[in-house]
Amino acid sequence: MSHHIIDFKNVHFNYPDGTEALKGVTFRITHGESVGIVGANGAGKSTLIFHMNGYLLPTKGAIIIGDVQLGKTTRNEIRKKVGVVFQDPDDQLFMPTVFDDVSFGPLNMGLTKNRVIERVTEALNTVGCYELKDRPPHHLSSGQKRAVSIATVIAMQPDILVMDEPAASLDPRSRRQLIELLKEFKHTKIIASHDLDLILEVCKRCIVIADGKVRADGLTEELLMDEKLLIENSLELPLSLKGR
Amino acid sequence: MPSFDKEYFNLGYLDTLSYKDTFVHRLDPRIKLVTTFIFILFVVSFPKYEILKMLPFFFFPVFILSVGEIPLKFILKKLLIASPFALFVGIFNPFFDTAAMYNFYGIPISGGWVSYLSIIIKFILTVTAALLLVATTSFPGVCLALKKLKVPNVFVVQLLFLYRYMFVLTAETMRIIRARNMRSFGKKGRGMKTLISIIGVLFVRTVERSERIYQAMCSRGFDGEIRLLTSYKIGFVDISFAITAITVFIIFRGYDVTKTLGELITKT
Repeated sequence: MSHHIIDFKNVHFNYPDGTEALKGVTFRITHGESVGIVGANGAGKSTLIFHMNGYLLPTKGAIIIGDVQLGKTTRNEIRKKVGVVFQDPDDQLFMPTVFDDVSFGPLNMGLTKNRVIERVTEALNTVGCYELKDRPPHHLSSGQKRAVSIATVIAMQPDILVMDEPAASLDPRSRRQLIELLKEFKHTKIIASHDLDLILEVCKRCIVIADGKVRADGLTEELLMDEKLLIENSLELPLSLKGR
Repeated sequence: MPSFDKEYFNLGYLDTLSYKDTFVHRLDPRIKLVTTFIFILFVVSFPKYEILKMLPFFFFPVFILSVGEIPLKFILKKLLIASPFALFVGIFNPFFDTAAMYNFYGIPISGGWVSYLSIIIKFILTVTAALLLVATTSFPGVCLALKKLKVPNVFVVQLLFLYRYMFVLTAETMRIIRARNMRSFGKKGRGMKTLISIIGVLFVRTVERSERIYQAMCSRGFDGEIRLLTSYKIGFVDISFAITAITVFIIFRGYDVTKTLGELITKT
């Protein structure tokens, strides 16, 4: 299948206050790839993520997702293909119960009632949270909130899954469960994180962003071994690679 | 525990109560909403000197309280918080209306006192009924009931968001206030000035959060309408509850049950 491709072509983005957040980003992610995006604070990771489903549109350059160029008129179509899980689950879960929240996306896609229930059940089972379906989000733990946030997106069955700091504020066991879950997904995955061990385990490919540009792009195992490159970018060797 | 923390957990408690599973909790939210509303209408419709005829109406809150397993202490506390309003509304009645109405073992009781007592009883009945409605129905349930009863969507959605983010916002406020208290060493943390900037910070954070929420909504295909699948069915039990309750209200309103009961007891 050729339509799960994300193609960034020389993408520039300036915030209204004049900050140049992206200064010519170019990369191409093909079907089934799992890509980690790493970089220092303020390197432009989040801005990049906001471009993946058209919340922000490039000031210069082009983004092509599948065969469609991202723009004002196409972004609603593209949002069905690209599911984004945001950093703070409290932003992602805005409905009164878990069930209502997971069904929000599928209902907006205009599916029939039975199809929606099917999708919700499937998505919640995938993340192992089906028994939480009638709970309000504020009665969930951080790990549960995170799992449900992911369910809200996979219920829409996107071709591409994008995540911003998926393991933030999770305890080690919840983090481990999340990693195992992510490994199972056959989607194209794009994960922005400072958790380099997570990237190392889940993503084959890695893109290092620095100062709004792609600083390095290659196999995760190679890039995350390159101590010089990592230190230049306010990063360090993943713990699992530090021979102790 | 600092007072703000206490309020936060209080709020959580009311919410937890509404997720219990009892006969009252299981009733359809629409039925509860309508029944409570009719109850309040009946209570308010009593003339201003009426006391005895209203007493049987306590039956309804007591029923909900006991069947719904709501702790009486909790409701009484909430009632106390709201009481100054009712206490002050009628406080001048005894001064203006001094004509004696009853004679209680030789002590004349003026109409003012009677109407004051009547106001307080009305207050207790109506506020308890409303509190019990909230304590026995999940908030989303109330919202859905409103939606089904044709309240405009905009209001329902506002209420839903209010409910969802009330907890997030209070938790955030609690953390800020805690951080201030830890560094103010028993003093008031530079008083008003700090409080004002805390409110400012909270406001900015709220605006930023709303933007992120909107973004998350758009990412999942939000187009201006919130759709809900959850539906309730009004069953036989719900209808019989409503009919019984309303019939009892009508009987209590129309006949002097207290007097009849009193006569029955004194006769035997």
